[in-house]
Amino acid sequence: MSDTTQKTAVRPTGVTMSMALPWLIAGAFLLVMPYVFTSNSAITIMNQMAITIIFALSYNMLLGQAGMLSFGHAVYMGVGGFMCVHIMNYVEDYSIPLPLPLLPLFGGLFGLGLATIVGSFSTRRAGTVFAMISLGVGELIAACSIIIVAFFGGEEGVSGDRTMGLPFFGNEFLQQIDVYYLISFWVMLSALLMFLFSRTPVGRMANAVRDNPERAEFLGYSARWVRYYSFCAAGFFAGIAGGLFAISYEILTAENLGLLLSGEILLITFLGGVGFFFGPIIGAIVFTLLQTVLSLQTELWQLYVGALFVATVMFFPGGLAGVLMMHVPAIRLGNAKLLVVPYIKTLIPATIGILAISGFIEILFYSRHAPVGETEMTVFWTDIDTASIVPWIVTVGLALVCFWITKRNAPELVETWHRANAIDGGKA
Amino acid sequence: MELILVNLIDGLVYGLLLFMLSAGLTLIFSMMGVLNFAHASFYMLGAYFAYQISTYMGFWMGLLIAPVVVGIAGAGVERYGLRRVHQYGHVPELIFTFGLALLIEEFVQFIWGNSQLPYNEPAILDFALFSIGSNDIAAYKVFMIFVSIGIFLALLYVLTRTRVGMVIQAALSYPRTVENLGHNVPLVFMGVFGVGTGLAGLAGVIAGPQLGTFPGMAILLGSIVFVTIVIGGLGSLWGALVASLLIGWMTTFAASSSFQFADILLALGMEKPAEMSESALRDLWTLTLPQIGPILPYMLMVLVLVVRPYGLFGKRDA
Repeated sequence: MSDTTQKTAVRPTGVTMSMALPWLIAGAFLLVMPYVFTSNSAITIMNQMAITIIFALSYNMLLGQAGMLSFGHAVYMGVGGFMCVHIMNYVEDYSIPLPLPLLPLFGGLFGLGLATIVGSFSTRRAGTVFAMISLGVGELIAACSIIIVAFFGGEEGVSGDRTMGLPFFGNEFLQQIDVYYLISFWVMLSALLMFLFSRTPVGRMANAVRDNPERAEFLGYSARWVRYYSFCAAGFFAGIAGGLFAISYEILTAENLGLLLSGEILLITFLGGVGFFFGPIIGAIVFTLLQTVLSLQTELWQLYVGALFVATVMFFPGGLAGVLMMHVPAIRLGNAKLLVVPYIKTLIPATIGILAISGFIEILFYSRHAPVGETEMTVFWTDIDTASIVPWIVTVGLALVCFWITKRNAPELVETWHRANAIDGGKA
Repeated sequence: MELILVNLIDGLVYGLLLFMLSAGLTLIFSMMGVLNFAHASFYMLGAYFAYQISTYMGFWMGLLIAPVVVGIAGAGVERYGLRRVHQYGHVPELIFTFGLALLIEEFVQFIWGNSQLPYNEPAILDFALFSIGSNDIAAYKVFMIFVSIGIFLALLYVLTRTRVGMVIQAALSYPRTVENLGHNVPLVFMGVFGVGTGLAGLAGVIAGPQLGTFPGMAILLGSIVFVTIVIGGLGSLWGALVASLLIGWMTTFAASSSFQFADILLALGMEKPAEMSESALRDLWTLTLPQIGPILPYMLMVLVLVVRPYGLFGKRDA
C-alpha cells in the first residue's frame, strides 16, 4: 500500500516509518485523551470503548479474517473476566504478590483454555455448523451461569476489589485514570499482537481458508487446524478483554456471558467493517458513543442503532471502514475535491431528512406512551405540543422535502463519483 | 401415570408449536440456504397483530387475518431486503436477518410498549374439555393441537401432491433448471418465504394467549427453533417434526420431574458434605432436573452436531 520511495528503513527487519506511524499516532492519541476529556464519566466511557475495541478485534479474527460467524463469543470474554475476579479475590484473601497489570494475562489464558476445548469440536466445519455450535455452546454456558452459583455467583454475579494487589510502582489503581492507562497499555499491546497475527503465515492462511477452504486443502493446509488456531487466538484476546472488564468494573454478572452481548459484538464488528483490520476499532468507538451519548438523549436509541445496522448490511456491506476506504482511489488520483460539493448537496438534506424522521418517531412514541393528558414534550431543543397538528406536519413535510432534494441531487453525486475515480479525472 | 399423560399432552402442544415455526424455517433454509434469524420475530408479530385485530373484530378474525399480514410482511422482507443482500453472500444474509430480529423487537416495543398484552383465548374455548385425574386439560390446548396437525397435513399435501409443491421441491435442488423450464424462481422464493413467515405468524396467533404476548417472546423461542431444525437436519420436514416433538416432550418432562443430582452422587458412593456452603461441588448437590431442563435442547444440539453434523434426518451438510 505504501509508496516505496518514502521508505525509510529503520531496522533491517523491514519496519518502515509508514507502517509504524498509525501505531505511534494511536499511542499518542491514547496518552493525550485524558487531558482533553478530564471528567470521570468520560474516562469511564473511554475505558469501555477500549475494552470493546479489544473484544471487537478479537471477534473480527473469527468473522473477518477466518470467515467464522460466531454467536457465542461473549462466553470467552465472560469466562476470562470471571476468572480474573476470582483471582482478584484470591489475591485479596491470601495476599498473593500479583500486580494488577498482569491480571488480564490470566483472563486471556483462561479464554484460551476454554477456546481450545470448544474449538476442538466446533472448528471442524465453518459456516452454519460452526455458527450453530457457537450458539449452542453460548446458550449452555450462559445458562450455567445461573446454575453453577459457586463459580458464576448466580443472579448477583461475582465482585472483587482491584486495589488489593501488589502496588505497581507505588500505584494501587484507586482512580479511574490509573485504570485508563492500564487499559490503554493492553489495548495497544493486544491490537498490535492481533495485527501481527494477521500477518503471520497462519493469519494469511486463515484468509485463504475463509475464501476457499477446498483450495487451501489442496495446497496441503488443514483448513480445520487453521480455523482452530484462529479460534484459540480469538479466545485468548477475548479473555484479555474480559480481564480488563473485571479490572474496570470489579463485577461480572450473567449478562457478560449472554447472547445479547454476543449479538452486540457481531453488530459492532459488522458496523465497523469486517474487511479491514481497523474496521472493528471504528465500530467499537462509534457504537460506544451511540450507546452512551444517544441513550441519554432518547429511550429509542436501540431502534436507531438497529435501523443503522440493517441499513449498513443492506447498502454498505463493507461497514464504515469500507465506506472510508472507498475514497482512497479518488484521493490518490487527486480528485477528492471534485466530490466535496456534490457531497454537501446530497448529504446535508439527507441528514436533515433523517433527523426530521427521528423527530417524527419521537413525537409518535411520546404521544402513544405518555400518561394520558400530557402533551408537552421537547424534541431537538424545541418545546412542542403533541395535541396540535403542527409538529406532525413540520416533521413529515421537512422529511419529504429533504428526501426529494437528496433524490434530485443523487445522480449528480454518482456521476461525479465516476469522474473522480477515472484516471484522467473525467476530462475526456 | 396421570402426570405422564398430562405431560405427554403438554409436550405435544409445545412440540407442535415448535414444529409450526421450524417447518417454515427449514423450508426457507433448504430453498435459499439462509437461516432466518428473524423467524421467531415473525411469530411475535403474529401474536401482536392478532391482538390488535382481536380488539376490534374478535379472536377468530385475528386468527384469519394476522398470519396473512405477517406473510405479506415476510414476502416484502424477502423482496426488498434479502434479495438485495443475497449478492453479498450467505454470511451477510444471516447478519441481515439477525439485524431484522433486533429491529422487529424494537418496533414491537415502540408500538405496544414493554409490558405483556392482555391477549386471551376466546371465551368459547375457555373451559376444561376433560380432566385426567385432578388435572384439567383446557379446550384451547386441544384446539392448538388440531390447528398444528391440520397445518402439517396441509403442508405435506401441498408439497407432495400439488403442482406448486412439485415446482418448490424442484427449485430446492435445481433452481437453475427450474428457471430454464420457464418458472419464476425468485417468485417461488418470495412465496416460500411469505408462507414460512405466515406459518410462524399463525403459530404466534395461537400461542400468544397461552405463552403470553410480550416483547421477549421471540428471543424465548428463537434459539430453540434453531436448535430444533439443526437437530432434525436442516431442510428436512420430517426431521423438523421429530425434533420438535422430541424437544417438546424432553423439556416438559424435565420441568416436572423431581429428579435430583444428589441421588447420582450418593449412588456413586460420595458422601453428602456436612457444610454445604464450603463444598466446591455444592451446586452439583443441589442441582435438580427442572433446573437444567431449559438447556437440555442445547446439549442435545451440540452432541448431534459433533456426532452427526447433518442432523437426525438431514441428507446434506449444513
